[in-house]
Amino acid sequence: MSAVAIDIKGVNLSYGPTHVLKDIDLSIGPGELFAFLGPSGCGKTTLLRLIAGFAQAQTGQVMLDGHDVAALPPWKRDVGMVFQSYALWPHMTVAQNVAFGLEERRRPRAEITARVAKALELVGLSAYADRRPAQLSGGQQQRVALARTIAIEPKVLLLDEPLSNLDARMRVSVRRDLRDLQQRLGLTTIFVTHDQEEANTICDRIAVMEAGKIRQVGTPMELYEHPANLFVASFLGSANILESAAGVTVPSGHRLVFRPQHASLSAVDGATMCGPVTHREFLGATVRYGVQIGDREILIDTPFQSGAELRSIGETVGVALPPERMLYLPA
Amino acid sequence: MMLPTAAAPLATHRATGATVLALAIGVFLLAFLVVPVATVVYVAFTEKGGGGFTLVNFVDFARTDLFVRSFWNSIYVSAMTVLWSSAFALPLAYLTTRFEFRGAGLVQTLGFLPLIMPPFVGAVAMQLLFGRNGTVNLLLDEHFGFKIGFMEGLNGVIFLQAIHYFPFILVNLSAALRNIDRSMEEAAQNLGSHGLRLFRRIAFPLALPGYVAGASLVFVKVFDDVASPLLLNVKEMLAPQAYLRITSIGIDDPMGYVIAVVLILIAIATMWCSARVLKGKDYATTQRGGGGLARRRLTGRQSILAYALVLSILALVLAPHVGLLLLSFATVWSFSPLPDGFTLSHYARVLGDSSVYITNTLLYSGLAAAIDVVLGGAIAYLVLRTRVPGRGILDWGAGAALAVPGVVLGIGYLRAFYGVKLPDGTSLAALWIMIVLAIAIRRLPYALRAAYAALQQISVSLEEAAENLGATKSRTVRRIVIPLMTGGLLAGFVTSFATAAVELSAVLMLVQNNSDAPLSYGLYVLMQTPAGRGAGAALGVIAVIIVAACMGLSQLAADRSQRARGLDL
Repeated sequence: MSAVAIDIKGVNLSYGPTHVLKDIDLSIGPGELFAFLGPSGCGKTTLLRLIAGFAQAQTGQVMLDGHDVAALPPWKRDVGMVFQSYALWPHMTVAQNVAFGLEERRRPRAEITARVAKALELVGLSAYADRRPAQLSGGQQQRVALARTIAIEPKVLLLDEPLSNLDARMRVSVRRDLRDLQQRLGLTTIFVTHDQEEANTICDRIAVMEAGKIRQVGTPMELYEHPANLFVASFLGSANILESAAGVTVPSGHRLVFRPQHASLSAVDGATMCGPVTHREFLGATVRYGVQIGDREILIDTPFQSGAELRSIGETVGVALPPERMLYLPA
Repeated sequence: MMLPTAAAPLATHRATGATVLALAIGVFLLAFLVVPVATVVYVAFTEKGGGGFTLVNFVDFARTDLFVRSFWNSIYVSAMTVLWSSAFALPLAYLTTRFEFRGAGLVQTLGFLPLIMPPFVGAVAMQLLFGRNGTVNLLLDEHFGFKIGFMEGLNGVIFLQAIHYFPFILVNLSAALRNIDRSMEEAAQNLGSHGLRLFRRIAFPLALPGYVAGASLVFVKVFDDVASPLLLNVKEMLAPQAYLRITSIGIDDPMGYVIAVVLILIAIATMWCSARVLKGKDYATTQRGGGGLARRRLTGRQSILAYALVLSILALVLAPHVGLLLLSFATVWSFSPLPDGFTLSHYARVLGDSSVYITNTLLYSGLAAAIDVVLGGAIAYLVLRTRVPGRGILDWGAGAALAVPGVVLGIGYLRAFYGVKLPDGTSLAALWIMIVLAIAIRRLPYALRAAYAALQQISVSLEEAAENLGATKSRTVRRIVIPLMTGGLLAGFVTSFATAAVELSAVLMLVQNNSDAPLSYGLYVLMQTPAGRGAGAALGVIAVIIVAACMGLSQLAADRSQRARGLDL
């Protein structure tokens, strides 16, 4: 089965007076691993549920492979969704859970058995077919949910915060497994998360969302290097935002933005700006200083070198910032 | 070390107080619950007149066609009632919890109707509405030329019980459906399931614990009901046979006791079966939060069907109440769709010479509810706050009262206390106070549940703070625990009172003369004769008003105490 493109055009969705999705336009290419990234309440899960058919937009279209699916109920969309809670049915075994979608499609028994076995093998849980979900660990439950969804060979795969119920150590390995599996299946996949690291590490492209709007779409590096606005700049990594700085002309209606590691501490003479050190944090590879510039505090990361002299709190320091590292973003 | 020596006498003192309390409650339960029930079991296994252990009574039971027939009739009626109740409750529960549905609250309020009016109250009214020559059949015959045997024989009992008891299934099933994480059903929809298959494969299995809880309750209630079949003139059922046997042949005949033992066994077996079915199926704890329910929208045709269904079920449920009200105002009502004329004379009669029924009911229910609240509060305190040995037995004993059918308790009281004579020669079993005690035992589980709920909401640290400031254990209970429990205990009192006011099956065995009879008994007696029906119906309406008013009060008390303690949400 060849991968399917997802196109979303002019979508607006409200629950009563709450405008949850605002003028969403988005194209996701066949086979892409795509992330919806944003803080909680930004509408990313609602957008995912809209694609699955669990939410109704007031305007706009959702196209799968060029066909508008707005009129189709969830059970006719062939869109596989893995729920944040996994939603494994406790009254069925692992194999029964995985077989469910195929049974609903009235596939012959022999085919169901074969495809269930194949799906469980794909996620490495063949030995657990007869267990109940409650007897599995969180990571195993998640893989069952995944097997249940890919067993029906959906057109696209939707993952709602798939790593949020796992402990920190599991997350790193599971997200790699997810990426591997997605690449092997070649399935167009959308991954909803509030964690920029998850999105950055495994996704091809990311849509950053805030308050029901898509603020920017791009590859992880594009978003980091060329944020289109202050929200994206500060949501992906740390960013210093200043209204003005002596010796720098900031275009009107814009702000000066730069990353902590792009500036360095220097002598006061000839520095771009200067101010007193407000605090100092040792982060391992770097030492992070807070420097008071006017009424703002900015962060400067300097590489940590054994034996190097550290600045002390209260000491007035200069901040050097190469012009090519300065970004001017609309306020 | 000063502390242990100083604390030791205090601990002993505290333990003594609690032990005395536990002992007193134990003796009460022993005398008025264990002894009567044990007597029934003992007599059932003893030779008549002799003293030896025997199974011959059970062999006689199994050889008597009437009893075997009655047994299967009772099983059949109970099972069919569960079936019909489910047929009413399933669509209502699913519609009101899963779809955008106006009037969902109204449908759920129906859940309280069986508490307001037990089925025997409406039996005669149902006969007049749905019987062979009742309103519905007269109209059917006139317009379409046929009649439906709603009320013929066992069908009548099934029909009456089903429309009274289906809310037990509705309430439990709806609660279970509401507790299902919505992603459970969405995942199924996402994988291609919808409509009835979705309900059958996902929603219903997950709500099964709630359904089974409701269904087993209905089964036991119907199996134990004495009065409703008798008022519909159905005698060949087990519980009515127990009553008839004792009242017609006498308390020495072992058959009544054998039937009573069978009733207990069926109640226990039903509870055991439901526990078995539910083993390992407590899904609520295995589900993680995923937000509330997303209610689905009905299409135009679906909503017409849904509303038609709900309205017809509502009409059926309200029928006995409407019938009772009509009957209480009717001059003559027979062979006609509606009464011939209306009068207030039934109420005049009931409030006049028959008012003793009402005053008796208020007295008995009030005393019984007071006993329940004291016992329930004390047991809850002993179980939750002390380490008195045997507190678990008290809790279990008080709860076990639920499994004892009313008619069995009544028979047990008769047998156990009949031989106990007072100085003036009257039998202990003939005293009206025995009616009060029997009702109190029957309703104790309700008050106990309310007391547990009330005490569990009080943090132990509140009591510890009082003790830290120098209050003794008993003063802490009096000044801190009881005032904080008042709202909960009051709710327990009102629930016990209201349900005690319509208790009949135990009362039926124990009333020795009319002047000692409560309202439920008077209603039962009046309803037996055509001349008494109007007055009986008037009594029924008064009972419904008393109980409904109590329910309202209890709700008010519960709300108040919640708000007073800042638990208002």
